[in-house]
Order: sequence, then structure tokens, then C-alpha cells
Amino acid sequence: MPLLDRLYNFAHWLTHNREEAEDLVQETYLKALKGFASFQQGTNFRAWMYRILRNTFLTSRSGLSLKMTVPLDREEDAIGQPADTPEAVLLARADHQMVQSALERLPVQFREVIVLCDIEEMSYQEIAEIAGIPMGTVMSRLARARKSMRELLEEKLRGASK
Amino acid sequence: MTCDWVPKLDLYVDGELFGSELTEVETHLQACPTCAADALSRLQLKRMTQAAGRRFSPSREFRARIAQSIKSEKRPRWAWRWAPALAAAAVVLMLIPAAFWLQHSRSEQALAELADFHVSTLASANPVDVVSSDRHTVKPWFQGKLPFTFNLPELQTSPFRLIGGRLTYFQQSPGAQLLFEVGKHQISVFIFQNRAELSRLNSGSSLSRKLAFNTETWVDGGLWYFVVGDASPSDVHDLSELLRSANR
Repeated sequence: MPLLDRLYNFAHWLTHNREEAEDLVQETYLKALKGFASFQQGTNFRAWMYRILRNTFLTSRSGLSLKMTVPLDREEDAIGQPADTPEAVLLARADHQMVQSALERLPVQFREVIVLCDIEEMSYQEIAEIAGIPMGTVMSRLARARKSMRELLEEKLRGASK
Repeated sequence: MTCDWVPKLDLYVDGELFGSELTEVETHLQACPTCAADALSRLQLKRMTQAAGRRFSPSREFRARIAQSIKSEKRPRWAWRWAPALAAAAVVLMLIPAAFWLQHSRSEQALAELADFHVSTLASANPVDVVSSDRHTVKPWFQGKLPFTFNLPELQTSPFRLIGGRLTYFQQSPGAQLLFEVGKHQISVFIFQNRAELSRLNSGSSLSRKLAFNTETWVDGGLWYFVVGDASPSDVHDLSELLRSANR
């Protein structure tokens, strides 16, 4: 069940919690089975499953509490800002754990686009479909999310090198 | 100073640029060390995230629980009505050849006939009547020749290339045969008006085994589609997905 592994990884990144991730995935499968009627043939099945999972998460208790606390204004500003290139050398020193903890600290709306794009290797189009946002928002959200990732990592690395 | 190309760098790193836009960015990256370093840094972060992010996997008990709950949810009446959707789900969810319950020798025979068309097309000196990689040329060519019309997907962002199309007849009905190329492999897509006899035809795994072809069939918008070729199952599936998405 290859999709199970991917969905579970996504669920765990959303919930930070094994039990909640399991519940979320199980509910997703049940909803998917019950909702085949609403699955339009010819549309992207993988994206459909992720969308169910995401919506289930957002309506869960932990999802609802998270949704309230994320600032989403001025998303457009992040596109077109250069990655601070001198930091590339510094970034290279980051290890798995640092990257993981940086990703964990991101607000969920940022975390999910990073997970979908970088880890699940989805196209912008698929991410737009899953998150129910326009492509432009996917791009700006990714740009902001990555900027935050970089800042978190640099902060950590600077702290570590002192 | 920020280079004008910076907004394109994420797209470049994410593989979202195609055609001339991709070439332009690549050319620029060779000339601009600042952007090259920037792109490298973005790529580095993406790779690190990818490596660090595949982190959680379901336990064996949970896997079994899911498999069990899928089993108990399945009801036989679906098999008839939602066969194609269930088949798609089964492939993804259970990794078993999906169409096993739809194997009929009659259906096999009919599909084998279409697969023969595919082979004879490839063997022909003039495989297609309209030669064009442009869907806006191929589609109108069928106008007036067929009692129906269909949509072709945008292929620029895909590994597939449209070679052309020809008119074909199957069970006394006219239809379109489109020829696509992926790598060195060629794939035929047959499109006919859906009829009861056609919608019963489903490409089962035994057909693929027998003919050494990968195939996919579905019905969409009153049309019946049959995709056949010696390309990999995933290529055949991806092309099918593209065709289905064109009708959305």
C-alpha cells in the first residue's frame, strides 16, 4: 500500500502525533471508500485522497485550534526575494534533526506546502488542488515557508556555532 | 541588488519550468553567479528537507488495521456501479491487479482486436493520417469525420508527444485512433462513442500478460477510451490520467 505510507507521513507531519496520525489516516480511508460517488473519474486520485486527509485534519480538534493561530496576510511579498546565498555554506551543516525540528516549528499552512512539495514531490497544480488554493498562493506560500525554514535553520546553526 | 530572475528560481528548483522558459533560466544561471548560488542554496534546502522529511511510517499493526477496515467496507453492489473507481483504488490501495473481476474472454477478444490495430498501425508506412504534435491541429482534423468530439490534453509538461491520428472502425463504428510517443515507445489511444457492448470491455491483467501490452480502458462523457502500448504500465496510466484530465 504505497499511498498508505505517504499519507501516513503527511498525517504525522500535520499532527505531530502517532495516534492522531493513525486516526486521521484511518478516517481518510473510510471517507474515501464511502465517498467514491464524489470521486470524479479522470481526476487525480492521489490528490483526492490527500485532500480528504487534509480536510479531515482541519475539521479535527487539533486542526481547528491550529487554524486560528496562523497569520496568512501578505503572502505575495515573499516571492522574488533572494535566498541569502552566503548562508548556503552554513546550511550545508544542518543535519536531519535540525531540518526536522525547523519543519515542525513552521505554522501548519507552511508546513503542509513544504511537505507536499519537497517531501511528497507534488506539482504546484496538485498542491493547489489539495489545499484548495490558487497556484499563485501555492507559490507565495512556498516562498514564505522556505524563507522561514532558512531563518529557523540559520538561527539554530548560529546558536550552535557560538 | 536583486536579480529579475529570482522569482523563477523556486520554480526552477521545483521542476515547474518547461520549454523555452526552462532554457531561458538555465542560460541565465550559467551567466549569473549570484542566481546560480541562490538556486543551489534552494536546491540544497529542498534536498535536505526531502531527506529529513520521509520520517514517519505506519506500524505493521496499523497497516493491518487499515487493510482490514478497507475489506469490511467493501460491498459487492459497488463492484458493478463503481468498478472503474474501485479498480483505481484497488491498484493504489492494495497493489493488486485491479481489474481481475472483470475478465471476460469476450472482452479480451475484442480488446485484442484493437491491440492488433495498434500493431498494424505501427507497422504501416503511414501510421497516421494527420501528422502533427499539435493538439489544435489533430483535434479539428477529426471534425466532420466523427459523430463526436473529444479533448486532448496539454502535453508540454509531460514526457508524452503526440504523433498524430487516424480514423478507425471497430464493431461497425467510426472512432479516433491517436498515436503518442513516450521515449522509444508508442501508445495508441482509441476513442469511440460509448455503447453497452463497449462499456463492458475492460482490460484485465490477463490481457496485458497475453499480449505483452499495457492497457487501460474507461468511459468518460459518453465516450469509451482504450489505451494500449508497450510502454510501462505507469506510462500508460499517466497518459490515461492526462486524457481524463483534459475532459475535466
